[in-house]
Amino acid sequence: MLARREWIHGWLLLTPALILLFAFTHYPAVTTVWHSFFSTPRGQRPSTFVGLDNYDFLLADSTFWQVLSNNLWYALVTIPVSIALALMMALWVDGKLRGRGFVRMAYFAPTVLPLIAVANIWLFFYTPGFGLIDQVRGLFGLAEVNWLGNPDLVLGSVIVVAIWKEAGFFMIFYLAALQAISPSLREAASIEGAGRWTYFRRVTFPLLMPTTLFVSVNAVINSFRLVDHIFVMTEGGPDNASSLLLFYIYETAFQYWDTAYAATLTVVLLVLLSILAIGQFFLVDRRVHYR
Amino acid sequence: MTGVEIEARALRKSWGDTQAVDGISFTAEAGKFTVLLGPSGCGKSTTLRLIAGLEQATDGSIRIDGQDVTQRPPNERQIAMVFQSYALFPHLNVAENILFGLKVRRVPAAQRKERLDRVAALLGLSNLLERRPAQLSGGQQQRVALGRAVIAEKPICLMDEPLSNLDAKLRHEMRVELRALQRKLGLTMVYVTHDQAEAISMADRIIVMNGGRIEQAGTPGAIYDQPATAFTARFIGTPPMNLIALSRAGQSLRVPGADPVLAEARGALPDNLLLGIRPEDLHLSDQGVPVQVEAIEYLGADNLVDCRLGSQRLTARLQHRQEVAEGRTIRLRWSTEAVHLFDGLSGARLDKASWRAVEPATESINRMNAAVVDGPS
Repeated sequence: MLARREWIHGWLLLTPALILLFAFTHYPAVTTVWHSFFSTPRGQRPSTFVGLDNYDFLLADSTFWQVLSNNLWYALVTIPVSIALALMMALWVDGKLRGRGFVRMAYFAPTVLPLIAVANIWLFFYTPGFGLIDQVRGLFGLAEVNWLGNPDLVLGSVIVVAIWKEAGFFMIFYLAALQAISPSLREAASIEGAGRWTYFRRVTFPLLMPTTLFVSVNAVINSFRLVDHIFVMTEGGPDNASSLLLFYIYETAFQYWDTAYAATLTVVLLVLLSILAIGQFFLVDRRVHYR
Repeated sequence: MTGVEIEARALRKSWGDTQAVDGISFTAEAGKFTVLLGPSGCGKSTTLRLIAGLEQATDGSIRIDGQDVTQRPPNERQIAMVFQSYALFPHLNVAENILFGLKVRRVPAAQRKERLDRVAALLGLSNLLERRPAQLSGGQQQRVALGRAVIAEKPICLMDEPLSNLDAKLRHEMRVELRALQRKLGLTMVYVTHDQAEAISMADRIIVMNGGRIEQAGTPGAIYDQPATAFTARFIGTPPMNLIALSRAGQSLRVPGADPVLAEARGALPDNLLLGIRPEDLHLSDQGVPVQVEAIEYLGADNLVDCRLGSQRLTARLQHRQEVAEGRTIRLRWSTEAVHLFDGLSGARLDKASWRAVEPATESINRMNAAVVDGPS
């Protein structure tokens, strides 16, 4: 009897969280998958079951493939570069350094600033002719470059903004992890004659692996999630050269109002992210030492 | 591998205005067990880190095996070191931890294996080589740290309070083991501790430090029997030496508020004097100095009896069979050899040329009796 009452209490306590979780996470996810098997309702035409038609369309959609490849390049560059930068910055500001507090704050500033605001600043940097970058290039007599208007350069340009935004955030995690490493380990290593590089390779880096895993999972998710600056800077253009998967989903759903196809794209994004996250944990987790 | 000599000359380390090590000089003899002993903050760990090269000396020099190494990095000083926290690499297993230094120095694999086997057998770690530090007990971690120091085959081993994280029983076992290991390998050991019992039981030579300076350096016996300063007298021994203030009237030195003359001046003496006597040198005797028992602490074989003599308090270590009760008056006696005299201000030991201990049982009691006969003066 008592056990039964405890059981009821348990569920009652869980209910608020469960309701929110189901209403805003699980139910939308399931309906998204459901909607991807139906046509988009338009005017007089109600939505009908179309099976895998949406997926057939997706495979034939050249924009989708371009956006996907954009996104893969975007991820492939931003993830390693921002993590490597974060690690380097953390190692630097962890050391004895004059004005260390200021440097730390400066690195963390991009994380604090809203990406929309930041994107506007970068928009100015990139402006052809009188933007900051071109003005500096002008000092050296270099020609103007239309960073955001050239399909070959635009993806690179938005990647730079993303790296700038993310590296400082990841640095904080690395810095915290570095400060948790006992300084006596370095002393023990120095008595054995280990140089800075040996110490980093054999001690610091392995001890930072849990952080690296955490940061890289976040970096992967962010590389598919962080598209605020695309809205401000390029709107995916020119000619979809800077469009990313999530931005394409937004366009499809809220500009073309093709909700069924947007649902299909979302399913692809979810599957992609799940595979990456699971893969990361299985592959990397084995080589991570947790204290 | 045989030990080599370490010599510190006028060694100084300061951080801003703080003098951690204040110009000390000492020698740690080759193949000997030297203990740096002192309370926390006395500069003993800093001294060790200066020898190791983990800190740069502000002034003075360090010579190892006759060579000036003051400016050299730790790995060029022929030293191995065991840290208080052990400083084991948490992501490496026992074997990898022990072999870390050999790998860094690119010792060939075959030789690495041979040395690992030898060290593991020596320290009883052979079954634990695959474990991570987190899977080991404190004592085992201590052994791994020791293994990492021993396998380096350096002539000098530095230890920074290596036993302070172990429980009492294990600490005692490791004390014996460390001492045996040091003898067996012939290492020059420099060992830092705040535990005087540890120092006395292990050391060939103890360097007592206080406030960044050396109070006394000598064999455990010399330091125990002939403390050079009041600080050393108070620091060595459990319970520590009784130090009681004396007042002087003419040549006679008495405890204020008590009649017996405990010592007599023979030459010039400072105004403030401290008389030192170890609790174990006090015995019950019908002919002794009368004192009031204030408190008794039972230790099993012995009792620590706190007594009042005039305005001063002293502790006697008496056998527990002897009948002593709180509030009663007992008579304590001691031999004149057991009495030390210190300058109350500088703490320096006063030479026997300038004073003489008085046998409490004979003269002072006689005098006291004489005083009774003569009536109050």
